[in-house]
Amino acid sequence: MAKTIQEINHKIKTGRAVVVTAEEILEVVKAKGPKQAAAQVDVVTTGTFAPMCSSGAYVNLGHAQPRMKMGGGRVTLNDVPVYAGFAAVDLFIGATAIPDDDPRNKVFPGAFPYGGGHVIEDLVAGKDLRLTAGAYGTDCYPRKALDTLTRLADMNEAVLFNMRNAYQNYNVAVNLSERVLYTYMGVLQPRLRNANYCTAGQLSPLLNDPLYRTIGVGTRIFLGGGVGYVVSQGTQHNPGVRRTERGLPRVGSGTLAVTGDLKRMSPRWLRGASFTGYGVTLTVGLGIPIPILDEEMLYYTSVSDADIVGPVVDYSEAYPHGKAEILAEVTVAELRSGEITLNGKKVATAGLSSYARAREVAQLLKDWIAAGEFLLDEPLDHLPGPESGYAFKPLTERPAASSGDRG
Amino acid sequence: MPKKLVLHFPPHLIDQPITYRLIKDFGLVVNILRARITPREWGRMVVELTEDGGRWQDAMDFLAEAGVGVEPLAREVLRHEERCIHCTACVAPCPTKALDVPDRYLMEVAFDQDRCIACEICQKVCPYQAMEILFD
Repeated sequence: MAKTIQEINHKIKTGRAVVVTAEEILEVVKAKGPKQAAAQVDVVTTGTFAPMCSSGAYVNLGHAQPRMKMGGGRVTLNDVPVYAGFAAVDLFIGATAIPDDDPRNKVFPGAFPYGGGHVIEDLVAGKDLRLTAGAYGTDCYPRKALDTLTRLADMNEAVLFNMRNAYQNYNVAVNLSERVLYTYMGVLQPRLRNANYCTAGQLSPLLNDPLYRTIGVGTRIFLGGGVGYVVSQGTQHNPGVRRTERGLPRVGSGTLAVTGDLKRMSPRWLRGASFTGYGVTLTVGLGIPIPILDEEMLYYTSVSDADIVGPVVDYSEAYPHGKAEILAEVTVAELRSGEITLNGKKVATAGLSSYARAREVAQLLKDWIAAGEFLLDEPLDHLPGPESGYAFKPLTERPAASSGDRG
Repeated sequence: MPKKLVLHFPPHLIDQPITYRLIKDFGLVVNILRARITPREWGRMVVELTEDGGRWQDAMDFLAEAGVGVEPLAREVLRHEERCIHCTACVAPCPTKALDVPDRYLMEVAFDQDRCIACEICQKVCPYQAMEILFD
């Protein structure tokens, strides 16, 4: 029997909704069968807690006296450059920004101890941050320099805005070369000594709604420990990839752009991360509730780690040179066991996405819904699906005219 | 029971066969896990020492008299629990399984100090600076 979101919300408000996590649903289906499970369960909660580089936050500082137009000037927070190309006091903090005097990879591999991801974590933690700004000065905004402490509570709006999160499936990174590689997928030992993966598997939001039937524009979500929303498909959204019989993408596919009020978030769920030799990023806690509208949604949410396959990619050659070479496919169940077999060789696996904390996100979201504090949304619009023709294109390079030719 | 210790050698002792004396004169079993020796600098060595019928206290007195600092390894390897998010990035590279996931259902990382040899690999692979090793 089909249910509507309105009916599910009514049950949530009256404390009668049956909510389970994307892990618990597997037991429910095993015990009761899919038909009964679909009838009884109203919501399945998902979660993930992993590094997501295309994350950031915008803030409004309020005006100094005399007024200062930081737009077009240079601004740093704790020495990390932030983007000020807006009006007077709006800033965007990018997760991967690093201080100008960070040595980067000059002494390889660089440590990248502090950057934009840490600025966001410190902001959410309520810490004082040092704000410096330089501007050119105008008649209406005469001030040219500023050096002060500031903190989240002093700001007007502070909003997390991540243009790409919640990647639906991801590469398993290995290294076939003879030297150690320092990548965004962690440290990869030479000659296939480890395989690093980054997925919450059966708990992962978009793997529980693989064709984006219920997750769409406006979906209310758990974000950074607070409440957020899906804005739209994320950057690099690529729905038309090869899929399994269950509709699960076999390679990286769908993504989400998400946003939420930073002032309601927590540093437990927004953590700066430093990848040796690569840089800084932000680890984001994100969870999405999935309404069990019918047996089809129950089927999608009963995905298990054994159903999910990920592509093994060589990060010494194929990835950096943009070659679409896949060495093998492995299941998340194999990856989670701690060891996979590649080319007849046993390879130790290591995660970058915290399964333990993904479980906690799904549990927290379940508790919020069960307590009647969090309602579901009908998507205002759907994300481009597998048949939409929407695709992720590479950059086409075209030579620019030399400056003398521009007239 | 073997004990894991960090021995700190002042620069003037670099050319002295201290380890040899521990074995020959005091009868200890010495297993060198890690060593860093540079001329004119403090040398450091991570060792596993077993008494095994030898003269432990005399050996310790000898080290103290020679000016060799002795610290338990445990004091030099710190795991900041609150910083760990249990991503498991450290587990595959850890050569001794000191960092491991004992329960693959829970997927939580556990640190067994007794297995640690202070190789510092975890420091490079942990994105959250959860491991700190005061061995420089």
